[in-house]
Amino acid sequence: MCLGIPSKIVSIDGDSAIVSVGGTEVEASIELLDDVKVGDFVLLHTGFAIQKISPEEAQETFEILKRLGEIEDELEAEVKSRKPN
Amino acid sequence: MEYIDEFRDAELVKMLVRKISSAAHKDIALMEVCGGHTWAIQKFGIPSLMPKEIRLLSGPGCPVCVTGRKYIDQAVAYSRLPEVIITTFGDLIRVPGSTSSLSLEKSKGADIRIVFSILDALKIARENPSKKVIFLGIGFEATASSSAAGVKKAFNEQLKNFYIFSSHKIMPPAMSALIDEGIKINGYIAPGHVSAVTGTKIYEEFPVKYNVGCVISGFEPVDILQSIYMLVQQVNEDRYSVEIQYKRVVPSEGNIKAQMLMAEVFALRDDWWRGLGILKNSGLQVSEKYAVHDAEKMIEVEVEKTIEEKGCICGEILKGLKKPSDCKLFGTACTNSNPVGACMVSHEGACNAYFRFNK
Repeated sequence: MCLGIPSKIVSIDGDSAIVSVGGTEVEASIELLDDVKVGDFVLLHTGFAIQKISPEEAQETFEILKRLGEIEDELEAEVKSRKPN
Repeated sequence: MEYIDEFRDAELVKMLVRKISSAAHKDIALMEVCGGHTWAIQKFGIPSLMPKEIRLLSGPGCPVCVTGRKYIDQAVAYSRLPEVIITTFGDLIRVPGSTSSLSLEKSKGADIRIVFSILDALKIARENPSKKVIFLGIGFEATASSSAAGVKKAFNEQLKNFYIFSSHKIMPPAMSALIDEGIKINGYIAPGHVSAVTGTKIYEEFPVKYNVGCVISGFEPVDILQSIYMLVQQVNEDRYSVEIQYKRVVPSEGNIKAQMLMAEVFALRDDWWRGLGILKNSGLQVSEKYAVHDAEKMIEVEVEKTIEEKGCICGEILKGLKKPSDCKLFGTACTNSNPVGACMVSHEGACNAYFRFNK
């Protein structure tokens, strides 16, 4: 029941939408969301789209992870440079 | 971006594991309270990637697991009424009641149908006007909000033969009860989809009252590892707060429309949780306005006396006090194909996930 699936909106008919879940199309209710458009990604949960998925926020998460990786590389380089030959 | 594979990237996983290992200086216990996290953590082998300082505990996040036998017994009793069609998510069907289960009743001829959504149950009610269609409403805030939408739809349509038998619960009282009971938890890996509905405000008391941080996490390995790293940092810096790792899905305010719908259709009541007992204001019953769709109020039924299972330590597993492998029934008398306790039945149960991925 905690399972939520990222799904892409294919078409909209009132409160209902056809969404693509990894290529399989199913009907979903979009009544819990406002301003959903064709092409948006939503999180599907027990037949309802409960949130829109934000591409900007996803990108931001990757930026944070990338920076974490860079900090790690810098630290490693610093440790290496301190080691006597 | 499809929002799955990107969050399973092997290099990011390795980098985060190194970061966690170098940041963990003392013993830290982190608990997830979501069946989806239980499953994902075992599936991706996250415990095997942790340094010895970090203990991952599985809490009361599987709705089927925390629900008492009394609920199953009552659902079984409803299913025996000739005018009733039971509609349910698949998880519940194999959960043993005191002397029967829904799957056993189905094999004896009861009309029990597995649905994907409450909307399927409404459709069955429309197609069977001479029958009473009962939807077994189980789950936490995310599922409860879709149940609320379904009940309201039935009410507006005057679909008088549709009922919900609610076992819906809310998460924070259980999270508090565990800490109040003295279970050592340094941080909660907070449920992603519950939070997509509720937002951050339901967790605000944990950092303030208990010095326990909450990081709302996604369900892919990179999500879970990043959340663990964020919680370890909170412990190291002795600053506890509510943070969102799963920002692509969870805005801090949650889904306000869904919150309002839940508040309209449901009212809080005291509820029983396996392992934790009765917790004040932790359950959701149908509100007065929508009482015509409340199976408990509208359909009378005689329910057998509840007999709890013997030897199963599901209650202690749900509190993080014991591991599935500590149970003497685990893997012998209790397996995926022949489960004794609810934690082995549900895909989201700790025993099921542990058995599936570690056995």
